Amino acid sequence: MFEHYLSLFLKAVFVENMALAFFLGMCTFIAVSKQVETATGLGIAVIVVQAITVPINNLLYQYVLNEGALSWAGLPNTDLTFLGLISYIGVIAAMVQILEMTLDKFVPSLYNALGIFLPLITVNCAILGGSLFMVERDYNFGESVVFGVGSGLGWAIAIMALAGIREKLKYSDIPDGLKGLGITFIIVGLMSLSFMSFSGIQL
Amino acid sequence: MANDVKKVLFGPLLNENPIALQVLGICSALAVTTKMETVIVMSLAVTMVTAFSNAAVSLIRNHIPSSIRIIVQMTIIASLVIVVDQILKAYAFEVSKQLSVFVGLIITNCIVMGRAEAFAMKNSPGLSFLDGIGNGLGYSLILIVVGSFRELFGSGSWFGIQLFQLGTEGGWYNANGLMLLPPSAFFIIGIFIWILRTRKPEQIEHEG
Repeated sequence: MFEHYLSLFLKAVFVENMALAFFLGMCTFIAVSKQVETATGLGIAVIVVQAITVPINNLLYQYVLNEGALSWAGLPNTDLTFLGLISYIGVIAAMVQILEMTLDKFVPSLYNALGIFLPLITVNCAILGGSLFMVERDYNFGESVVFGVGSGLGWAIAIMALAGIREKLKYSDIPDGLKGLGITFIIVGLMSLSFMSFSGIQL
Repeated sequence: MANDVKKVLFGPLLNENPIALQVLGICSALAVTTKMETVIVMSLAVTMVTAFSNAAVSLIRNHIPSSIRIIVQMTIIASLVIVVDQILKAYAFEVSKQLSVFVGLIITNCIVMGRAEAFAMKNSPGLSFLDGIGNGLGYSLILIVVGSFRELFGSGSWFGIQLFQLGTEGGWYNANGLMLLPPSAFFIIGIFIWILRTRKPEQIEHEG
């Protein structure tokens, strides 16, 4: 049982890395990776939000949206799966808002550190992608917790690594046309290539 | 007026390409480009959603309180994506299976959100609709270029038609498997940006 979860966790962090294998959350991934400090802040925010929203959406899917899921309410024939997308994004937006208010009230230092990144997370594809993958792969509640934490962590590792490389890059001599965006893509490609070496790892 | 329309519609193709210059919507641009079939479907879906969400947001732009505008835009976009998703499931089930979660991810595609926020909130519905189409086309252009390269060199075909005879079937071409893997998409987009910016030096970033 434990092995199953560990294997799922490692798979979510390395083999199926959200950013490098599925290209999720690329917009913020490229835009907010100029400094390690800000990248770390955003990475932590993503882990927290992902760890909360994936399990909640899992419950929502199992007890409200799935075909026959409403049988506890006496409606065994209802199929609300078509409402999936709009409810997941609603849950994510609401969770981010609540998290923002809680942090502001109880941990103001962390709130200030995360700053504008929290609201940005609502439109981060990695978060919605996590929930959609959870539905598509039919994870149960325990698995969805592990998957949420793991995929968030994988994304955070990737953005922190990229920010580290980009900080060093300031001192290199890059052809004009490649400056900024172009070279960043090439670097991400190389990182993705190195993460491919994790594929096939089984526990 | 005619100039305006032209600028709004064709500007995003090369001059202000949403992917190459504005860094919007790359998430899905990379994931669906291993085959031309999925590329075309995805491009159509994104163009439609961007155009209609722009028009809808623009129609009610004077009535949205600015504090809740993000959630209003999100709801409009999510509803449109659900429509697209349902249509795909009904008429192109195979393709919709291959696109898997990426149809749903159009919701968080920054192009759609970005254009609603940056253009539709300030302009008339007609112009916003064209802006949506234009940006959708700009997005499609990159997808088609990347997709063509990846399918041609990765599996020797284009739109599923075998152009290069594969070595495994007695032909001369050895398929480059790397092209079908994630890293190649990054390289191709990086090189595409390089070429584009060499031709249009005003797009070069000088700081950082």
